[in-house]
Amino acid sequence: MTDHPNIDPAWLRGMTMRRMSRRDLFKAGGVGASALSLGAILAACSSSDSSSPAASGSSGGVDFTAEPAGTLDFANWPLYIDKEKVNGEVVRPSLLQFTDQTGIEVNYREVIQGNNTFFGKIQPQLAAGQSTGWDLIVITNGETLTRLMTLDYLVELPTDMRPNFDKYADVSVKDPAYDPGNKFTMAWQSGLTGIAWDPKQVAELRPDNPTITSMNDLFDPAFAGKVGMFGDNADMPNLTLLGMGIDPTTSTPEDWNAAAEKLIAQRDDGIVRQYYEQNYINAISNGDVAVTMGWSGDIFQTNLSGDSEGLQFAVPDEGAIIWTDNMMIPKGAAHPVDAMMYMDYVYDPDVAGQMAQWINYITPVPDSKAFVLGLFDDTGDEYYKNVAESPLVYPTPADTAKLSTYRVLTEDEQLEWNGIFQPIYQS
Amino acid sequence: MSAVAVETAGTASADQAPIRRGKGRRWTSYILPTYTWVVIVYLAFPIAVMIVFGFNDVPGRVSARWYGFTTQWYTQLFDNTELTAAFKNSIGIAVISSAVSTLIGALLGLALGRYRFKGAPSTNYLVFLAIASPEIVLGTSLLTMFVNAYTFIPQGFPTILVSHIAFSISFVAVTVRARVQGLSSSYEEAAQDLGADPLNTFRLVTLPLIMPSVISGFLLAFALSVDDFVITSFVAGPTVTFPLYVAGAAKQGIPPQVNVMGTILFSVGVLAAISSAVAPAIASRRDAKRLSQDRELTASLTASVGSKG
Amino acid sequence: MADQARPRLQDLMGSSAQAAEGGAPPARKANRRKRLVPYGLAAPSVLWLLVFFLIPTLYMAFISLGSGFLGNIKFGTNFSNYVEVLKTYDKQFIRSVIYALIVTFLALCIAYPLAYWIALYGGRRKNVFILLILLPFFVSFVIRTVQWQFILADTGIIFGPLKNLGLLSKNFHVLSTPVAVIAGITYNFLPFTVLPLYVALERLDPRLLEAGRDLYANKVTTFLKVVWPLSLPGVFAAFLLTFVPAVGDFVNSQILGGPKTTMIGQIIQTLFQTNFDYPHGAALSFILMAFLLIGASLYAKVLGTEAVTSAAAR
Repeated sequence: MTDHPNIDPAWLRGMTMRRMSRRDLFKAGGVGASALSLGAILAACSSSDSSSPAASGSSGGVDFTAEPAGTLDFANWPLYIDKEKVNGEVVRPSLLQFTDQTGIEVNYREVIQGNNTFFGKIQPQLAAGQSTGWDLIVITNGETLTRLMTLDYLVELPTDMRPNFDKYADVSVKDPAYDPGNKFTMAWQSGLTGIAWDPKQVAELRPDNPTITSMNDLFDPAFAGKVGMFGDNADMPNLTLLGMGIDPTTSTPEDWNAAAEKLIAQRDDGIVRQYYEQNYINAISNGDVAVTMGWSGDIFQTNLSGDSEGLQFAVPDEGAIIWTDNMMIPKGAAHPVDAMMYMDYVYDPDVAGQMAQWINYITPVPDSKAFVLGLFDDTGDEYYKNVAESPLVYPTPADTAKLSTYRVLTEDEQLEWNGIFQPIYQS
Repeated sequence: MSAVAVETAGTASADQAPIRRGKGRRWTSYILPTYTWVVIVYLAFPIAVMIVFGFNDVPGRVSARWYGFTTQWYTQLFDNTELTAAFKNSIGIAVISSAVSTLIGALLGLALGRYRFKGAPSTNYLVFLAIASPEIVLGTSLLTMFVNAYTFIPQGFPTILVSHIAFSISFVAVTVRARVQGLSSSYEEAAQDLGADPLNTFRLVTLPLIMPSVISGFLLAFALSVDDFVITSFVAGPTVTFPLYVAGAAKQGIPPQVNVMGTILFSVGVLAAISSAVAPAIASRRDAKRLSQDRELTASLTASVGSKG
Repeated sequence: MADQARPRLQDLMGSSAQAAEGGAPPARKANRRKRLVPYGLAAPSVLWLLVFFLIPTLYMAFISLGSGFLGNIKFGTNFSNYVEVLKTYDKQFIRSVIYALIVTFLALCIAYPLAYWIALYGGRRKNVFILLILLPFFVSFVIRTVQWQFILADTGIIFGPLKNLGLLSKNFHVLSTPVAVIAGITYNFLPFTVLPLYVALERLDPRLLEAGRDLYANKVTTFLKVVWPLSLPGVFAAFLLTFVPAVGDFVNSQILGGPKTTMIGQIIQTLFQTNFDYPHGAALSFILMAFLLIGASLYAKVLGTEAVTSAAAR
């Protein structure tokens, strides 16, 4: 994002952007629609000043007391940041505001399509002690993250450069089990792995009980050939274990084998339609599956985009898995200070709110809810109210009580685990 | 070839008259033509779907539901940064790799088609191996070499480039070799008898003669490169090409622009094919010797059809 | 694959003057400099193929006997890697071969009558027909496959209306089944089957056919006694050119397949790109290559050696 869009006053009057804060736009109308006004608008609602890094010690050979370089190369997953269309140009408001506040231009690229595959792409550079070309990457807690940490591929983060994080981050992302003390990571967004379902199809296939409430529904012969499962080594095994009443985080190899047996039977009985990656969304919106393992934010977004109608996401009675995608700085990063400043910037409640109302996953900043509700007040658009009240974006303590996390595995355990579960979906 | 064959070659050419069947046309004579058209429709069906759904006014991803006609995906063709970057990478890699592989591959084709030299049999076999090896094996072996224990080779644009050149060389070489073998060397001999030095002989005589096959080789190399998925997926590192983008997007939902870019590539390809097919056809009307299919050419072409999958 | 049509078409139509079958005559003046010319011409390409084809293949052979993870391979003599992958992935290997055989058989059945008609009765429009057959190549391989996924969706543009009319049960589906995978591969490689058949049939001397008809007075007999035997090299070529890419394909099974349709290419991809288990992935790649190259070399020996090594043979 090197150019600020030239914002047309007509756009500011038109207010066609459902997701833009109209309050801010009116303000902007007052200042005049200069090229920088969008940044200014967004700056107006930001309360923090993250542009001057506090003095801090160096860590892992990286000098965090240095001045920011003015550039940030940021690799993220697709559809994972707020985005608007202005005059036919796609802009990312929260990034524009960051640039405006700090002068740091963000080269934001949606290049991560899988934890493992992305790791495979950057590993050679990391192993050779070279720069990966990225200052900031987003990786889910789990096998790949563990590997990145154990191979010493990540830059240790200074603890004195994250005032927003310290102040606003949710307890669940502070000091997580997979990264004690947030030594290397700060959460980007979290999400749930649960069950996505299509009420219309479910009612047709199982008229006597047209609601999905339990993990057992994924194994119900009534849905034979209409059940989607994740084809991976993280969500499929962990959620299945949870559905069997086993806490995945303390599960044993015997439990794993029991889960595998159940999954193999499910496959061999013809209940599983297919093992999916994120393409389960297409499958459920095309009607290929009626019930499938899914991620919370996707369903929200899919309904919203108009690709499908009325899809539901269920947190099964047995519980759901909560995972966290984390920001981190890979070793060899050219602009670590800029990355650190950005990581703290997204913990500003207003910035987090601006992102959360678009991304629809669980934000790590509960206080951002006020910003989203503010959008509702200004615009009267029900959408914002729905987001602010959605337990999938702002889960209540009662919701979180039902959540479990992935099993943290050692390298040896991981081999055994993969050896048990991989052949199920790659058969 | 016998005199008979040479004579019949006149009717076996591109504009040969169909074989005459009996007097009346029975209903059975319609079976095969109808069948042919059915298969053609089957082959073209997904393309038609792609073109039509490039005009679908979908709110988000590509969808099977028809939302109404729009040309917005054409006007917003370059809205998707990653898709645009991927498309540019593909074109860039294809241009450079086909230029390089045509240059050196044509020289190899010339060497194999015109000269006898020690090592020619093994070189021919090497070319054959490169064409006959499954793509996935080429991809994985390049990957293991790039990610090796000894030196650091950054993967990305350059590694895609060298890999594409590597698999294109053989196709260019067999195309040019076939042409060279089909040519008499008497022109060159005449030129040399007239006192032309080897370089001028090459420039003024050989090159114009083999030019059609060089152009064919270039187009073939370009097409192979711009469409390659399997090998590229192993050597691309963080770089994304158009096919890689589409394969990745297939896991998340395909933006409608993909259909549009597919349509554009399709149109350009068809136009290039027609123009490169029509030009020589017109030229060949004037060419009395156009007729028979050179056996080597045929064989190498069928070989070049292969292996890419 | 996109546009192989262009060069092929052009060459098929192009003016290739028939040379003396003897091929290249020896260079006239056998001085030393001249003898070096072919080496100079061949050197850049050969060097490139050595560095980016042969050496990687050999390096992979070493890797396949090693152990370890990603670039950190310990070299060794673990021939057990080969045994392990064959034992673990025997199902997928056999499945790939079976699918590829079915695909090749189907493609030959579909392609032969088509090639026959175009070659013998296509007349002036022969090349137009061939261009039409090659149309799919003008669209990316991946896009074509994705389009089939889209077309074959349970409530997609074909099955959706049929289901609404009640002609199909709600549960009917083709996606995620072996049928979809086999159909997808057949579709994608059908032009590879048509072309060699067409080339072989197109070269038939029409007089032979007339003679055959005079002799046997029966179209079926003429076909069986004249056309079929003469087209056999084309059939073998078509077999090879369809079978090889079909066995190694992983795109179709990935996009169109479901549980229990995993093919060997997918396994190789997973071993390399998800598990980073290079030694086992390399071993499996090698087995696949050996399996296919033995077949291809046999073909080259029996039917078309000179097609490949003609210059050398003389």
